[in-house]
Amino acid sequence: MRKHLFNVGAILKGMSVTFSFMFKKRPTIEYPSIKKQHAPRFHGLHELRRYGDGKERCIGCELCSSACPANAITVVGAENAPDDRRSPGERFAARYEIDELRCIFCGMCEEACPTDAIVLTPRFEMADYRRGSFIYSKDRLLVPAEAGTGPAPDERPGGIPSDLGAVADQKSTTSVAAGYGATHRGEILKTQRKGLAALRDVPAATPQGDAR
Amino acid sequence: MIDAFVHFVTAPYWPFVLIKSLVLAFVVITTFAYAMLFERKVLGWMQLRPGPNRVGPWGLLQPAADAAKLILKEDLTPKTADPLIYRLAPFIALLTAFAAYAIIPFGESKDGLWAVGNVNAGILLLTAITSIGVYGISLGGWASGSKYPLLGSVRSTAQMISYELAMTMSFVGVLILAGTTSLDGIVHAQAKLWFFIPQIVGFVLYAITAVAETNRTPFDLVEAETELVAGFHTEYSGLRFGLFFIAEYVNMLTVSCIATLLFLGGWNAPFGWTFLPGVVWFLIKIGAFMFFYMWLRATLPRFRYDRLMAFGWKVLLPVATLNLIATAIYVAIAG
Repeated sequence: MRKHLFNVGAILKGMSVTFSFMFKKRPTIEYPSIKKQHAPRFHGLHELRRYGDGKERCIGCELCSSACPANAITVVGAENAPDDRRSPGERFAARYEIDELRCIFCGMCEEACPTDAIVLTPRFEMADYRRGSFIYSKDRLLVPAEAGTGPAPDERPGGIPSDLGAVADQKSTTSVAAGYGATHRGEILKTQRKGLAALRDVPAATPQGDAR
Repeated sequence: MIDAFVHFVTAPYWPFVLIKSLVLAFVVITTFAYAMLFERKVLGWMQLRPGPNRVGPWGLLQPAADAAKLILKEDLTPKTADPLIYRLAPFIALLTAFAAYAIIPFGESKDGLWAVGNVNAGILLLTAITSIGVYGISLGGWASGSKYPLLGSVRSTAQMISYELAMTMSFVGVLILAGTTSLDGIVHAQAKLWFFIPQIVGFVLYAITAVAETNRTPFDLVEAETELVAGFHTEYSGLRFGLFFIAEYVNMLTVSCIATLLFLGGWNAPFGWTFLPGVVWFLIKIGAFMFFYMWLRATLPRFRYDRLMAFGWKVLLPVATLNLIATAIYVAIAG
């Protein structure tokens, strides 16, 4: 009987705990409307920078591609034409594609880049409906010329300004119908991966991106 | 003039009874909707969450969103179910839950403005109606033709016979003190002293058994989701599930009303604070009792099934009997 009376005390104690919790500060961050401040060097979505004169920083050296531990970057370099120079060097990136689903956001590409062209921004909201849409090519990675240059990765004392990732707000230009075929990297993947090989000859009308 | 109007409205002409019933049904449904929202808010706050706040300001349109969702869901009937009883069970649960409000008086009035019907054996009828509610649950679980609902309905039957005896016994002390079975009379008898003071044992017994009556934590063995998926309503979907859900909350309101009428002085104002009308005091007391339920749910884990049986038969029933005998002796000597 004595033991049971102690149990009643335990119930009352528990109820006082739950009651006091009603008035505590709630730690919830109401995410879509309020976003948490990231660590200054948070690694998010990539972007390709330009010089002040509008020329692309990337010289197509493929160092990022070889530094990438996840093998997520595909670069195809090309010679600059004398009358249409895309970058200050001899070469530029004709194609630059990052598979954000393979990327582990380690930042090795950023460290490897000799011209500070590839930079990780704090943007992390990349959700999309098709796997193929996660292969970001230059249309989404390259900062528009009017967006300015922004500080180089090593010159950001307070971390990355949060507006720098604005380029990723662009909708995917990857054609859903074409799926992996829309990007160069997608084509390589199709030849490399067994599961994708079967998709090569599927008519373009079917959405192939998430058919795996 | 006003008296004449009140008399005209409250006389037992059926159109006025019908209108009063419709208004009451609307009020009860709305109260259910916001009681559910409030419960989710309270549970959230006690778990350091904000609770639903996406639909409308402060989440106030959440009940409407829930209702729309439930109505649009597919209404499934399992192949093995008994179709007639399976479809009937939610209505039994809902109708018995609502029927109780026909005789609950919400406020002081000599001509019955605040009650649909004034029955002189009110508490007996109320007990009878709330006991039928378990049929909805038992039949629904049994007619689903699947194992978890069956276990849920078996539990509900066994649970009912373990607690309902003690619950009814806890009423009898109040009836002896009040000397009447009319709900009006019981509230009038509490004008000076609310019965939860002389009947504190009965009140505690009722507070415990009422939790079992409404199948809520810590006595929610009937729908124990960690053991029985969802218990008796596992197979129900869409609006039929919604009906069970409404019935559960309306039953919560009903037991809160009974507790208020029998133990908390009904519409009598505490400490003579008559600046608020009796109906408001009644609603405040119901709200406090409902909050107590939500608070219990946020605090206590579920009882083990056999322990509920043992608790009902070996603790609640003897205590209720002793309380009844003590009250009877007191009334015989002092009264």
